[in-house]
Amino acid sequence: MLQNAFTGGKRYWFLLGFWGLLILGGVVAYGQQLSEGLHITGMNRDVTWGLYISQFTFLVGVAASAVMVVLPYYLHNYKAFGKMVILGEFLAVSAVLMCMLFVFVDMGQPTRVMNVILHPTPNSVMFWDFMVLFGYLLLNLVIGAVTFDAERKGAPPPQWVKPLIYLSIPWAVSIHTVTAFLYSGLEARPFWMTAIMGPRFLASAFASGPSLLILLALVLRRFTKFDPGKEPIQKLATIVVYAMTINVFFVGVELFTSLYSDMPHHLHHFEYLFTGLHGYHALTPWMWTGEALTVLALVFLYIPKIRRQEKYLAALCVAVVAAIWIEKGLAMVVTGFIPSPLGRITEYSPTVPEIGITVGIYALGFFVLTLLYRIVVSVRERIQVV
Amino acid sequence: MMDESRRSFLKETGWAALGLGCGFPLLTTACGDSSAQEESVGQAGASRQWAMVVDIEKCMEEEIRDACITACHRAHNVPDISDPEDEVKWIWSEEYQNVFPDQVHTNTASKIRQAPVLILCNHCDSPPCVRVCPTQATWKRDEDGIVMMDMHRCIGCRYCIAACPYGSRSFNWRDPQDFIERDTNGEYYSDYPTRTKGVVEKCNFCAERLREGLQPACVEAVNQVDGGAGALVFGDLGEPDSEVNQILGERLTIARRVGLGTGPNVYYIV
Amino acid sequence: MSDKPKIVAGLTLFLALVAFPVWYTLGGESEVAAPELEYPSDADVCVEDTEYMTANHMDLLNQWRNAVVREGRREYVAASGERYVMSLTGTCLDCHTSRDEFCTRCHDYANVEPKCWDCHVDPGETE
Repeated sequence: MLQNAFTGGKRYWFLLGFWGLLILGGVVAYGQQLSEGLHITGMNRDVTWGLYISQFTFLVGVAASAVMVVLPYYLHNYKAFGKMVILGEFLAVSAVLMCMLFVFVDMGQPTRVMNVILHPTPNSVMFWDFMVLFGYLLLNLVIGAVTFDAERKGAPPPQWVKPLIYLSIPWAVSIHTVTAFLYSGLEARPFWMTAIMGPRFLASAFASGPSLLILLALVLRRFTKFDPGKEPIQKLATIVVYAMTINVFFVGVELFTSLYSDMPHHLHHFEYLFTGLHGYHALTPWMWTGEALTVLALVFLYIPKIRRQEKYLAALCVAVVAAIWIEKGLAMVVTGFIPSPLGRITEYSPTVPEIGITVGIYALGFFVLTLLYRIVVSVRERIQVV
Repeated sequence: MMDESRRSFLKETGWAALGLGCGFPLLTTACGDSSAQEESVGQAGASRQWAMVVDIEKCMEEEIRDACITACHRAHNVPDISDPEDEVKWIWSEEYQNVFPDQVHTNTASKIRQAPVLILCNHCDSPPCVRVCPTQATWKRDEDGIVMMDMHRCIGCRYCIAACPYGSRSFNWRDPQDFIERDTNGEYYSDYPTRTKGVVEKCNFCAERLREGLQPACVEAVNQVDGGAGALVFGDLGEPDSEVNQILGERLTIARRVGLGTGPNVYYIV
Repeated sequence: MSDKPKIVAGLTLFLALVAFPVWYTLGGESEVAAPELEYPSDADVCVEDTEYMTANHMDLLNQWRNAVVREGRREYVAASGERYVMSLTGTCLDCHTSRDEFCTRCHDYANVEPKCWDCHVDPGETE
């Protein structure tokens, strides 16, 4: 089955080459980071987590969102998702891989990463995050490979994979909840220490993940013979609408608590984000853009006539992913550190090598995704199930 | 196309290799390595809690603060990095309003707001940094309550820095060995191991000096400055007659951010 | 198969490359001498005997590290019954005063870079 990844047209190889170049750039930048230390990034004594960890946070959500196709199809027999499930599972594999790479490049002593396994620490949420992420990667790899192999042979999947599939459903929820727990249990960071962190993460994941899946399905339909049909795409769009609405509601309740109580502890972070604090406002343009994208996307997604036209749906999905990327992949992590525990504001902006490494990891994830989707498409073309 | 039996052989070999690869470390961990939380042997069952009392008024003298910071940073080869974004510090002074944000109100006089206060790691009773560390590279010692760092084990994930409500911890964003102060012979002031890039560090209550029966470097230094005696008092909370207990029993003292429940062991006489 | 010559050629080249270290040094001309170590003049014995230390000094140092840093123990009882303070800088380097004349010689020969000096201070060296 894997040999299908070695056959493809010019566009396929060009795409892989493009990802390869970006990966190479990332590797070179990472080499510099290894030899000089993390000072080549924009992180500093006050803002100690930046682009790497925020991308990890965003991508855990994308990985968890596979459950939005797995659950209806396997638990509720929603047949229309039949062709999409494998895409969701392989997207999860690629996303988790990127997550683990982002954590790896963020570490000051990456050669010691095995210390987390050699010295298990159950009281540390980060320990559990490593475990559940790795488990989720294995789960989705096995489930994806086994079910797709069965499809290729034209037979139902073996019985032993069923419990794994059912396990992957709460496991998906757990990976993102555990990641939220990384943040929401820290009394040092009032911006993060909110019970709604977990639910917010899940809601935004279930909006951004399916949006990404819709976009990927549309791309596949445009460039290959793969066509999932209109129904699964519309159903995913419905999921995006509900999830995005709930996400906006959650943001709203958070804003209410901070604004109504008027407590500086809570208020300062939102002030920094939306109006600037003591003259520091690096993130305010991003936040307002994000809110505009959110409102626009939701308003238009509510209109069935627009939602049903796939070219508009695609643009709206891009808006949703961008808005949630701004929220999770940019604002959330950095703002936890501003102001610092000593009341200082040190802003953060990523440096060129840092961006280079980030782009390199995204390229690696897309490289893997391209390979996996190539296998899916070419097998299906051959057995004529496209 | 490979035939099925060769394919399944390769698959099974792959699984076996994966299993062995994952199994060995688990086995060796289970049979080997002792837990970090073990009581240390030969400490005569001592259950101390080291603590420090800072006299804010005495420490208003810049000479006293400087003596203490210099002594600490020299005794531990702490690098002197001028860029505040990358700096590493174990003990330093901050403004009162930032150290005790819950103790200042809108009408607090600015000379109080801006009063310099020495701050360092509080070696908390319930340290959040220890709670979050994924490798137990930082832990609270049973025998004396010091929150220690194991520089060999730290993977540099900086979760402890995110968890510390006091800003006590510093990460080595670059190789510190280029920035450590040297004496007139060009040598380090101390034999204490430096750190390397990629690990987190903080005040260790001079564990290496305590073990020799000495006072922490900062305490010893301020006692040698005119008017500095008693600016910093260090002792064992577990010993009822210790000087720290006397002060805590007689004077009005505060600690940083007590509402968070961390149980800091650095107290301040106001 | 028409590919046979290519495969044979490729395999031969591969085997030649892999066996390079063996056949290149067969002449005996580029033999590197075993490292010569400078031993300390003021002490006859190390913590353990030479054979043991050569094979196990890394494990011993790891043991010492865990004992001192994590368990708060400082004293090591050697096989000879002699007691030592467990310290790289304080005990080992007290006798082996120059790491260049001792540690580095073997480590260069074996091409294994010890990470000790990233942190641990060698009192004799000023860099």
